[in-house]
Amino acid sequence: MAEPKDAIKEKSMNLQKEMLAKQFHDLSKATENGRKVVYTFVPGNLTELILSFDMLPVYPEINALQSGMRKKSGDYIKDAEKMGYSEDVCTYVKCDIGMMLNGNIGPTGEKLPPPDLLLLSYTGCFTFLKWFENLERLYPGVPVAMLHTPYQEDGKITKDQVDYMVKQLKEEVIPKMEKVAGRKFDEERLSAMMLNSARAEDLLVKVLESAKNVPSPIDAYFAGVYYIGPIFTAFRGTAEAVDYYSELWKEVQERMQLGLGPVTPEGEMKEQKFRLVVEGPPNWTNFREFWKIFYDMGAVIVASSYTKVGGVYDLGFRHDPAEPLESLARYCMGCYTNMNLPQRVGLLEKYVKEYKADGFLINSIKSCNSFSAGQLMIMREIEQRTGAPVGFIESDLVDPRYFSYANIKNRLESYFQMLEQRKIIISQEGLSV
Amino acid sequence: MNKYYLGVDLGSTTSKAVIINENDEIIGRGITNTRANYAVAADIARDEAIYNARFSILKKKLETDFQNKPEYRKYIDDLESVFQYEQFKVRLDRLGEELYKTCYGYFKDEQQREEMLGHLRSIRRAFKPKIKYDYLYNNLGAKNQFFRDIVSEKYNEELGKIDTQLFEPLMTVWDKSISPAENIRVQFDFAELVHQAMEELKEKYSSLPDRTDDHSSFHFDAEIGLLKGNFEHVSESLREHIDEITALEFHISNMTGTGYGRALLPFPEDCIRSEILCHAFGAHAVFPETRTVLDIGGQDTKAIQVDRYGLVTSFQMNDRCAAGCGRYLGYIADEMSISLNELGPMAMKAEKEVSICSTCTVFAGAELRELTNLGEKREDILGGLHKAIIMRAMSLIARSGGVFNEFTFTGGVARNPAVIKYLSQLVKENYGDKIKINIHTDSIFMGALGGAMFARRNFKPETPATSSNKAHA
Repeated sequence: MAEPKDAIKEKSMNLQKEMLAKQFHDLSKATENGRKVVYTFVPGNLTELILSFDMLPVYPEINALQSGMRKKSGDYIKDAEKMGYSEDVCTYVKCDIGMMLNGNIGPTGEKLPPPDLLLLSYTGCFTFLKWFENLERLYPGVPVAMLHTPYQEDGKITKDQVDYMVKQLKEEVIPKMEKVAGRKFDEERLSAMMLNSARAEDLLVKVLESAKNVPSPIDAYFAGVYYIGPIFTAFRGTAEAVDYYSELWKEVQERMQLGLGPVTPEGEMKEQKFRLVVEGPPNWTNFREFWKIFYDMGAVIVASSYTKVGGVYDLGFRHDPAEPLESLARYCMGCYTNMNLPQRVGLLEKYVKEYKADGFLINSIKSCNSFSAGQLMIMREIEQRTGAPVGFIESDLVDPRYFSYANIKNRLESYFQMLEQRKIIISQEGLSV
Repeated sequence: MNKYYLGVDLGSTTSKAVIINENDEIIGRGITNTRANYAVAADIARDEAIYNARFSILKKKLETDFQNKPEYRKYIDDLESVFQYEQFKVRLDRLGEELYKTCYGYFKDEQQREEMLGHLRSIRRAFKPKIKYDYLYNNLGAKNQFFRDIVSEKYNEELGKIDTQLFEPLMTVWDKSISPAENIRVQFDFAELVHQAMEELKEKYSSLPDRTDDHSSFHFDAEIGLLKGNFEHVSESLREHIDEITALEFHISNMTGTGYGRALLPFPEDCIRSEILCHAFGAHAVFPETRTVLDIGGQDTKAIQVDRYGLVTSFQMNDRCAAGCGRYLGYIADEMSISLNELGPMAMKAEKEVSICSTCTVFAGAELRELTNLGEKREDILGGLHKAIIMRAMSLIARSGGVFNEFTFTGGVARNPAVIKYLSQLVKENYGDKIKINIHTDSIFMGALGGAMFARRNFKPETPATSSNKAHA
């Protein structure tokens, strides 16, 4: 079958496209319209708080991945390397710096405004800290607000930790935001937004958990990265996000009723031979090629850790209008990459079992230390605890030099054949493994 | 009719073919390092495996006779060796034609051309009988038996004897001629070649000296002795059996392709399988207690964990860089101007291992020159290089989960004694003395063997299990 020129899209995807177009248009007019702009990160973002001040958020990681998908990251990275950034530095950072050096043009082709505030709300990844130090130099004089998020070293969130974060919000973050926005913090407005957050979160969980069905109506990784888009970025707490997730959930329910599989860029996925749980971010520079290897071989991703980097909502956390600042604190600490390794193993084990997965696969990212640390241990633990065959591939987020199609295809082919062989031999020969 | 199954492993350096019978026993092996396209390489390896299979079947038939008549075994072994020479000869003639052709096209000046042709003729005249002798008297030993390697060595030897000024033009002629000669599939007539081989043997045995003092083996002497006055009788007694296997219709019931070039094989899609699965399945079949397999091939290293059925549970492969693989050794051999087969034995003579970085093949080459200039002995540098390769493999093994139960080492590199030495040393150091390390003489064929075994089982999702195809565990 010839590959269609344009990817086949669901209605909700078009809705999301419109939302993003408006968002980037608003950003391009921000200076003109006197709107203040906050640069911040996805994991543990304080979007409702930013929006409650009528400020506009910008997420450099999202810009970097968008540049990767639009095949611009290679040149951006080279420009950052010319400035002296080493080959080993996180490629999101280099791509973002390169984009700024090239006029800061966003994914819609419109110029992004410079930051009025750098809000560093998450430090689980220490690169984030350095990233904003570098942005501070690129935008001299820009104020920086830092919210330190304690790592879940002991595998739980304590009241002291919550108090510590709320104290920072009250004494450090909010006053700085008030100063930049030129207005007072409105707690009621924040609470009202959190009601929307919780609604959208409920719907997202339903969508992601629909993959427990056999066959699964969604791909929880390749399509999952689109599903998490609005809620992990500028739309959490908005009515638009609730509308988007209502529409998405409606579509997924329809597919379930009709017994349909996930929608891929080439149409509905007909055959689901393997159900996989995937750990690690996807590669963005060759995203469609990468996805195609999976759907061509009948592999559907039923759960992934990457779709939890902006919140592990399926573990029950919801933003709470009754305790807005406390819930922001709990949210920040609960994100996937802020969980300790035993917690991550526990979560992935639960996924393999509850989503009836045939295998567990890791995509290890060459330039991401915070994701890659512990992955081999995770892999071994999952293998021992669940008996699921495990696979390991390597690529990068946005550096096209590190995506070797032939190598990845060769490994994935071997991995899928390994799953298939086990299935057939075990069923045909009645062996127990 | 007996059923046979074929596995073809198209590697980055060599292509291998294995034929098994219904009991998973290897009855035919074929290997080629032709640099032609994968389809030709697969054909060459398969043809060779089929010829080898005919001899295996013959030997199996004569098993009882062999016990009472060792001269029979000797005769058949010799026949197979001479048969290989007959094939070699055809290819050698091809090479001769190519050399002359290149010469005509390359040298425009008639006088120069005639001079070069004269040299080429004398070179051919000199090395042809030498190669024949090596085959007839089993003189190839542990040397590489690939066409390119054997003739290159002899050609270079002869070239060394003539005027150095001619070296470059004659090497150019060689470089332009070897590939076309080597990369063509020659379809041999088995019967014709076997009969020619029998004639050659007649000549060999009739001209044997009374004693072969060169050969110290008692059996060898005795067999040769028995054949000397008796070869015509032996040859006539065996002719019927030989004719029978010559006429045998060889039916391949199913086949599997694996290795890097597998996607290019003219096989149906469901007959193509990953080399990871094949290596593991093959290694496990030969050593059923194996739980960890290490395969070092031409350009990749695989650490594979298998369960008690030979099914892969996880694997790790080198990514982004092929330093530490077979090609690394090839490059080092080129740098040192010695043959690949000499590397291991030379490294075995090391008195110490010079520390060498194994992260980059090219850098290792530079390091090698630097160390040589500093006065380090070649043997010690090679010791270090071999150890460096194994250290890289050990890191991959660690990533795949470590070594469990029996450990089986496969791939072309498993023929290198120094690799085996350092591997055994480091596996024991890291995983204890109790780990049993398996290295089979057929280690290079493990992928093809696994492929053939898959072909026999014919695992297809659509096909219901057949009771006769029980898993071999």
